[in-house]
Amino acid sequence: MAGSGHGSSGVAPTGWQAMLPHFLLIPVSVITLYPVLYVIKLALSGTSGATASAWPWPDHPSLDAFAKVALRTDAHGTWLFGRQLLNSLIVSGATTVLGIVLACTAAYAFARFEFPGRRAGLLGFLATQMFPGILTLIPLYVLIQKLGLLDSMLGLILVYSTTAIPFCTWTLKGYFDTLPKEIEESAIIDGATRLQIFVRIILPLSAPAIAVTALFSFMAAWNEFVLAYTFLSQEAAYTLPVQIRNYVGDKDVQWSLFAASSLIAAVPVMALFYAVEKHLVGGLTAGGVKG
Amino acid sequence: MARVLCKGIEKSYGDVRVVRSLDLEVADGEFLVLVGASGCGKSTTLRMVAGLEAITAGQLLIGDRVVNDVAPRDRDIAMVFQSYALYPHMTVRDNMAFGLTLRGVAKAEIEQRVGVASTMLGLNDLLDRKPAALSGGQRQRVAMGRAVVRQPSVFLFDEPLSNLDAKLRVQMRLEIAKLHKKLGTTILYVTHDQVEAMTLADRIAVMHEGVLQQCAPPQVIYSRPANTYVATFIGSPAMNLFAVQRQGTRLVGSGLAMDLDPGEIELLCGDETELTVGIRPQDWRPAPSGSTPDATLQVDVQEPLGSETFVFGELLGANRDLLAGRDLITQQRADSLVILRLEAGFGGHQGPAIGLHIDRQRLHAFDAKGVRLNKNTSEPTLG
Repeated sequence: MAGSGHGSSGVAPTGWQAMLPHFLLIPVSVITLYPVLYVIKLALSGTSGATASAWPWPDHPSLDAFAKVALRTDAHGTWLFGRQLLNSLIVSGATTVLGIVLACTAAYAFARFEFPGRRAGLLGFLATQMFPGILTLIPLYVLIQKLGLLDSMLGLILVYSTTAIPFCTWTLKGYFDTLPKEIEESAIIDGATRLQIFVRIILPLSAPAIAVTALFSFMAAWNEFVLAYTFLSQEAAYTLPVQIRNYVGDKDVQWSLFAASSLIAAVPVMALFYAVEKHLVGGLTAGGVKG
Repeated sequence: MARVLCKGIEKSYGDVRVVRSLDLEVADGEFLVLVGASGCGKSTTLRMVAGLEAITAGQLLIGDRVVNDVAPRDRDIAMVFQSYALYPHMTVRDNMAFGLTLRGVAKAEIEQRVGVASTMLGLNDLLDRKPAALSGGQRQRVAMGRAVVRQPSVFLFDEPLSNLDAKLRVQMRLEIAKLHKKLGTTILYVTHDQVEAMTLADRIAVMHEGVLQQCAPPQVIYSRPANTYVATFIGSPAMNLFAVQRQGTRLVGSGLAMDLDPGEIELLCGDETELTVGIRPQDWRPAPSGSTPDATLQVDVQEPLGSETFVFGELLGANRDLLAGRDLITQQRADSLVILRLEAGFGGHQGPAIGLHIDRQRLHAFDAKGVRLNKNTSEPTLG
């Protein structure tokens, strides 16, 4: 067994050659991690505020800021943080589910069927991705207002879906295109209908792609700020990014609360990332067809 | 079981006619191999029979039923793909059972049929594995098993062995032959490999540019090719063609000059004077010293293979351009090197040129368009 690890890769670098990448990577890691560490420092500095030192560790670590953020209530005693967390979860979750369900079927049609308007549809979807979202802010505001959906989760879900669906459709179409047609033809001859092929062959095979697309879609909705800030005016309707922004007011800047709520908001996304991580590498179709 | 009957089948993509007016019958229980170079329309034909491609014109019958507009699942066929096309997320067992499950076959029967098929194909130990954990040969067997459990009236094979290595290909070829013997089901099998075609087929159908060239038992295809295309496609190394003129009972041209008996020449080419003769590599003999050779070969390369020797070269006095000008359809370039397949003992030949005799009984003659003329080539012995 000895040497099998290096056997195929030739001579292993030694001495300074082996160290060189580390000399380069250590500073890069520090530069990347420092802001994160600084946010953690702010969050752990308690409500009294952080000292101005550059050292990314608080002088008197405390969880006060987290407690204050998490236990915040309004004048009527409503648990605001819980409400806002739920808003964020519902809006992001519903956007993702709506986006994925509609995008899966649309992407499959775009990938496999020839129909009038196929090209135009695809290009239209692509075009919507080319403009910055902010460009549609005013028209969307007018629409949402006319529909009476300001300060509602449904309004936000619909608005987010307009960007999520084209994105998901393109991503999934790209993946469906790579699935060998023979597998479907084989199922056709086995007696499967289009719907059966879609549900029993295509969807299971696309699980990695769907997971990744869903993750990105969820993250986009979870982190979105500008549209939410524009459409939501009541605190109870806020999503987390809007609330986070509110800790940095014109007169009162509460950096520790800002940092603590940012960290709390990052947790679900990190958990999701962890959950779908194994799908990020894909490889489910291996073995179905040759090469 | 059922026959497959193609009546004037056509397939066009826009102006491009991929399959042209194909008439072909695969008899009940017959093993018919469709063979041809890539792009000849053989796979398209198979896919039309499967129902994966729409038929542009003509009629397709499976059994006594016209199935032009019948969905693939209702045609009572099963197909084995070149790429295996297994369902990667299902186990071997589920792959084989999928078609039966969709058809609502009872669970106990599915289990029984999968059991029989997996025993027949030696898949019993692999039933709980997924395709990714199988070798190429095992995957191909699963693909066959998936077809077998369906108990269809017709099996369609689309180049099923092309992705396997040479050794495995021989082994799987035997398994397919055994399978046919055991089940007796009608098989339509597409390949570009003439060895597969010759060894497996009851009859071979040779296609070229969407047109059926000849459909006959392997021995007939080999010994009585209908035209220059079939003649050069089947047989390895390929038959060499020579443009010759008939002068009385003499054939002259392209470096050949041979006298035939009046009866022989009549049988060979009738009244035709401008013709193309085909000679297979093994139908040459070194001319005994003292005799007048039919041709003299300028030797380029000798390849002693142990059991035989291949000799490559050009005939003295040959004008191969003459043949190239004849506009024949052939598999090889008509003016390629002449190939001889001589006995192993021949190796002793030294000099640069050999005098050669040609077996008169095995001459093939074609007219200006490349269509077979002769009636004399020894009849095949059919089993």
